[in-house]
Amino acid sequence: MIKSYDDLLSMEKLYKKSLDKQRKKVLICAGTGCVAGGSLKIYEKIKSLVEEKGLLVDIDLTKEEEGIGVKKSGCHGFCEAGPLVRIEPYNYLYLHVKLEDCEEIVSKTLKEGKPIERLMYHDGDVIYETQEEIPFYERQTRLVLHNCGHIDAENIQEYIGNGGYKAAAMALTMEPKDICQIVVDSGLRGRGGGGFPAGKKWMQVLSQPNPIKYVVCNGDEGDPGAFMDRSIMEGDPHKVIEGMLISGFATGAHEGYIYVRAEYPLAVNRLEKAIQQATEYGLLGDNILGSGFSFNIHISQGAGAFVCGEGSALTASIEGERGMPRVKPPRTVEKGLFECPTVLNNVETFANIPIIILNGAEEYKKYGIKNNSGTKVFALTGNVVNTGLIEVPMGTTLKEVIFDIGGGIPKGKEFKAVQIGGPSGGCLIFDDKHLNLPLSFDSLESVGAMIGSGGMVVMDEDTCMVEVARFFMSFTQRESCGKCIPCREGTKRMLDILEKITAGNGTLEDLDLLYEIADTVKNTALCGLGKTASNPVLSTLEYFYDEYLAHVKDKVCPAKICKGLATITIDTSMCKGCSKCARTCPVGAISGKIKEPYVIDNNKCIKCGACIEACPFKAIKEV
Amino acid sequence: MGGTMIIDGRKVKYTNQKNILSVIRDAGIDLPTFCYHSELSIYGACRMCTVETSTGKIIATCSEVPRDGMEIYTNSPRIRKYRKMILELLLSNHDRDCTVCERTGKCQLQKLAKRYGINRIRFNQLIEEQEVDNSSPSIIRNPNKCIKCGDCVMVCDEIQGVGALGFTHRGTEVQIKPAFNKKLSETNCVNCGQCRIVCPTAAITIRNETQKVWDAIYDKNTRVIAQIAPAVRVALGEEFGMKPGEVTIGKIASILRKIGVDEVYDTALSADLTVMEESNEFLERFSNNENLPLFTSCCPAWVKFAENKYPELIKNISTCKSPQQMFGAVAREYYNKKDKEDGQKTFIVSIMPCTAKKAEAARPEFTHDGVREVDVVLTTQELAIMIKEIGINFQDVEEESLDMPFGIASGAGIIFGTTGGVTEAVLRRLLKDKFGKDDCEIIFNSVRGLDAVKEASVEVDGKVINIAVVHGLKDADSLIKQIKKGEKHYDLVEVMACKGGCIAGGGQPVPRIITKETRALRAAGLYNIDKTKLIKSSDENYIIKNIYEDILKDNNHILHVK
Repeated sequence: MIKSYDDLLSMEKLYKKSLDKQRKKVLICAGTGCVAGGSLKIYEKIKSLVEEKGLLVDIDLTKEEEGIGVKKSGCHGFCEAGPLVRIEPYNYLYLHVKLEDCEEIVSKTLKEGKPIERLMYHDGDVIYETQEEIPFYERQTRLVLHNCGHIDAENIQEYIGNGGYKAAAMALTMEPKDICQIVVDSGLRGRGGGGFPAGKKWMQVLSQPNPIKYVVCNGDEGDPGAFMDRSIMEGDPHKVIEGMLISGFATGAHEGYIYVRAEYPLAVNRLEKAIQQATEYGLLGDNILGSGFSFNIHISQGAGAFVCGEGSALTASIEGERGMPRVKPPRTVEKGLFECPTVLNNVETFANIPIIILNGAEEYKKYGIKNNSGTKVFALTGNVVNTGLIEVPMGTTLKEVIFDIGGGIPKGKEFKAVQIGGPSGGCLIFDDKHLNLPLSFDSLESVGAMIGSGGMVVMDEDTCMVEVARFFMSFTQRESCGKCIPCREGTKRMLDILEKITAGNGTLEDLDLLYEIADTVKNTALCGLGKTASNPVLSTLEYFYDEYLAHVKDKVCPAKICKGLATITIDTSMCKGCSKCARTCPVGAISGKIKEPYVIDNNKCIKCGACIEACPFKAIKEV
Repeated sequence: MGGTMIIDGRKVKYTNQKNILSVIRDAGIDLPTFCYHSELSIYGACRMCTVETSTGKIIATCSEVPRDGMEIYTNSPRIRKYRKMILELLLSNHDRDCTVCERTGKCQLQKLAKRYGINRIRFNQLIEEQEVDNSSPSIIRNPNKCIKCGDCVMVCDEIQGVGALGFTHRGTEVQIKPAFNKKLSETNCVNCGQCRIVCPTAAITIRNETQKVWDAIYDKNTRVIAQIAPAVRVALGEEFGMKPGEVTIGKIASILRKIGVDEVYDTALSADLTVMEESNEFLERFSNNENLPLFTSCCPAWVKFAENKYPELIKNISTCKSPQQMFGAVAREYYNKKDKEDGQKTFIVSIMPCTAKKAEAARPEFTHDGVREVDVVLTTQELAIMIKEIGINFQDVEEESLDMPFGIASGAGIIFGTTGGVTEAVLRRLLKDKFGKDDCEIIFNSVRGLDAVKEASVEVDGKVINIAVVHGLKDADSLIKQIKKGEKHYDLVEVMACKGGCIAGGGQPVPRIITKETRALRAAGLYNIDKTKLIKSSDENYIIKNIYEDILKDNNHILHVK
C-alpha cells in the first residue's frame, strides 16, 4: 500500500534499481498478434531454459534480486514480423521467432551476448542489429507506446519503476482547475476520431454543479484492421488507468468505466489485473496517496456493436440499454452516463495524460504541429511492407508513414490509395497534395478523410476502388444501428448500388444516385457513424471517378477484381476442341465442334470460372 | 431566454420554446416530422426537421435550442433535396399498398410524399413480408408499414410506463416489436392504444370489428342496441371537419338509427349507476378502514396494468364494473324477458373512445352462459368508418334524442369521460348537502384540468377524505410507488390510463399532433354538456331509481365483479 507521494517516489527508486540489476531482459511480445503466432509458448520455453541454468526469472522488484528478467511485454508494434523477442541490454529484436529458436537464443544471446543474425531485420544484405535502428522504429516517436514492448505489461512494479503513477501523484497535489488548464494548454485533442480538445471537455465537466460525475474510457475499437487501443490496453494498461485517475481528480468524478469489447479478452484480462494491482497498491480506491480523493474503475464489456464506439450509444450500453446514439444536445459533458456529467475519452487520449502532466504542456507541444500537438498511433495495414502499430508526431506526412516507416509497397507494385480513419474514412491518392499532407485532424478532414481512431489501409495498383467502397459500405451498413432513416436506409441503398456496379450491372444514373444518397446521409444522419459512412463512397467518387466510369460505361474493372465484369475468352490457337469446357459450363455458354476451337457466349457466361479449371490446355483465360 | 432568429430571411421572435422546431412551427411554417411529439422525449431519428444554417451547416431542429441571431433556411435547395431523398428512402422500404391501406389519406408518410412531390421511387422494393400481429383484441400491428420512427416505443414507455414494444435487430433489419419475438397478446400490453394514436402510418391500427355490427344489423331476428360513451360525442366530429369538443350526440343518435341500430342509449347513464355503487362501496370501506385507498375500476387499461404490475393492489380496486359493463349487465337483464316474448335476440354494441374496452368486453367474467354482456365494442374511429361507408353527410344530419329507458344521464355521468370526472361525480354525491356552494366549486376545480396528479381533501361527516386523480400510467405508477412507500396517503384514487382520460383514448380520432389543446377542448366539450344538464348529480337521476326498482330489484350484485 502506497500512502503518499514520497512513498511512491521511494518505491520508484527501489524498483528502478532492481530493474537495472536485471542484467539481461527478454521481452517476449504478448500482444494479441504475437500470441496468435505462438509467443506464449516461446515465453514458457525461454523461461524454463533459463531456469534450467539455475537463474532466477520471476524477480520480485522489492528484493533487489539479480537475474534474467523474462517477461511478457505488450505489443512491440511490428506485428508483420511476429512473434517478436527483444533482448536487453543489447536491444536486439528477433523476428518471426519459432519454438525451435529458443534454445539458440538462450545459449548464444543470453549466455554469450552474441546476436543471431538470421532472426534480425534484413533489408537486402543490410542487417539491423538493434531494434532502434530498424527503419520501422527509427522514424517513430513512441511516447504513448513508450512502455509497450519494453516492460512487463502485467506487473505494476515495472510500471512504477519506469516512472508510472508519478503524474497522478503530482496531480493529486494540484488544484483540479489547474490540471484541466494544463491539458487545455497541451492542445491535446481527443484521439477517438472527433479531435475535440480534451482539456476543454474536462473544464466543461469540472464546471458542472452535479455532485456525481463519471469518467468513461472508450475502448470500443471496432474498425476493421485497427488495434491501437487494444495494444495500449494490453501493453500498458496502467497508463490508461493513471490517465483516468487524473481525469477523475481534475473533474470531480469518483467512478470510472472502461468500455472494452468482449472480443478483446486479453485487454480485458490485463485491465482487470491492472485495476486489481492498482487497488492493492492504494492507487485506486479510497483516499489515494493520502489525498482524501477516492476513485474506482469498473470494466464494462461490450458485445461488439461498432456503433457502441459512439459516445451516447456507449453510455447507453453501459447503462444496460440498447446501444443506440441519442440526439445532442444535451452533450455527454452535461448528461452522459446515468444522466450525469461525463468525461468520455478514448484509450489513447487517456494514455497521453500522464505524459502531459509529468512533462508539462510546453514540453508536450514540442511534438506535433500547431493545433495538433503530440503524437498519434496508427495501425498500418494493407499492401505495405511493414504492417503494424506505429506512433508518429502529428504533422508527419503520409509519404513518411507509408514509404519510410511502412517500407513502401511490396512486390514492386505501385501505390494506389490509402484509406484513413476506419470504415468511415476516406481514400486518398498518390499526388503531392495528399501524400505530402501533414497528418492532422484538420488537414485530413479538408480532403474528405479523417484521422478516425487511426486505422490506415494502404492499397496497391491491384486494388479496385469501387470494390473498396463496396467493402467498407458493407461494414457500415451491417453496423448501422437502424435508428435514423438516412443511415439505416441510405447505407443499404448505397451498398446495393455498389454491388450492382461491381457485378457489372451499373449505369451512369446509378453514379448520380449514389452521390445523391451519400450526400444526404453525410449531412443528415444522426450520429458520427452515419455522418461519416459516406466517406469511402464520396472520396472514391471524387478521386477515382474514372474507375467508376470504367465499371458502368466500358463494363471493365481496371484492377480485374470485380468478377462480374470479367470476360472469359478461349484462345483459339490453344484450344484443341476437346469439349470439356462445354460439358463443364453450368449455363451452357460454351459451344463448338469437336476438334475445332470452341467459343464462349459472354452474355450467357456467369463468370464462375469452371471452364478455366476444366481446360486441360490452359486455353481459357479471364481478361 | 428569448431572442430573435432569422427564419427564411424573416425575423422571428422566440420566447421560451424548447427547440428551434417549435419556433419554426410557431412562425407558421409546417416543418415536417415523423418522430417528434412534444410530450415525448426527443428521438431525432427521422431527420425530416433538418434545416440549413447561414454557414451551410445542416442541423436537426428538434434537438437544437434557438439562439439569438441565428439564421436558418427551412427550404434551401439542399434541404429540399435531402428531405426528398429521405422520403424516397423510407418509401423504398415500405409496403406501398396505399389504395387498400386503412390510413390512406391520413398517413403522415403519404401526406409528406405528396407534399414534397415524390412521384417515383428509384429503388426497388426490398421488404420481406413480415407477419402481421393480430393477436391483440384491441390493436393490429403490421410491421410492413412500420417506418421505425420509435413513437410507439416512446409513448408506451415514457407515458404509459408499460414498455411492451422495443427495438430489435440492427440496420435495415431493425424492427419494432415485443421482446423475445412475442405476440402483443403475450406481453404486458394493456391495450390502451396510445401507440396507435402516435403512429404516423398504418403500422398500428385498431382491430376493425364493424363487420360484426353490420351482420347483426342485417339479421332480422336481432335487436341491435348501442350505448355511447361520453367521450365519443366530443371527438367524433373531428373526423368530419368539426373542432375538438363539438358535441355530436344528437347526430350520433340520428345516424345510428339510419344505419339500422334499433335503440341508442347513453353509457353516461350507467356511469351514474357506477357513481351510486362506487360511492356506497367507498363509504363502507372508508368507515371500516378496509382496503384503502380505493382505486377506481372504470378504466380497463389501468385494471390490466395493476393486474400485471401490482397484483397485491387488486383488492384495493373497486369491485364495480365499468360503466360499459354495467350497461351490458343491466340491458341484458332488461331485454332477456323481451327477447323471449319477441323471439328476438339482443345484440349490444358499445361505441367507445377506447381500444382497451374491446379487451374488457372479452374478459371471461363478463360472459355468462356463453353470452357476453357487450357483444361488440366499436371505437369512435370505427363508427366514423361506418358513417363514411354509408355515405351520410355528417354536417347535414339533424339531431335526434336518445332512446328510453337508458337515454337520460346526469352531468356527473357525462364528465366521466375526462380525467377527474369520476372523482367529481362521486364527490357530487358525497357532498350532496354542500353541492352548488362556492367551496364545493373550489374542490371540483382542484380535480379538473390536465395536471399530472391532482389532489383534493374533503370533509364528510366530520372525517377528512384524501383524494388523488392521476392519468397516464407512468404517472400512476410513480404515484403508486409513493403510496406504497408511505410517502402519500389517500383514501380514493382515480386512475385513467390515457393522458387526459377517455377523451384522449386510443380509439379516438387521431389529431395531427396530440397536444394538450386537443385534450382541453374535448374536455371542455364535456363540461359544456354538464352545464346544460338540469340533473347534475347521479342520485338525482330518476332513471337510476327505476333501474334499481324495476330492473335490478335485489340483483345489485350483477353490477360488481366477484
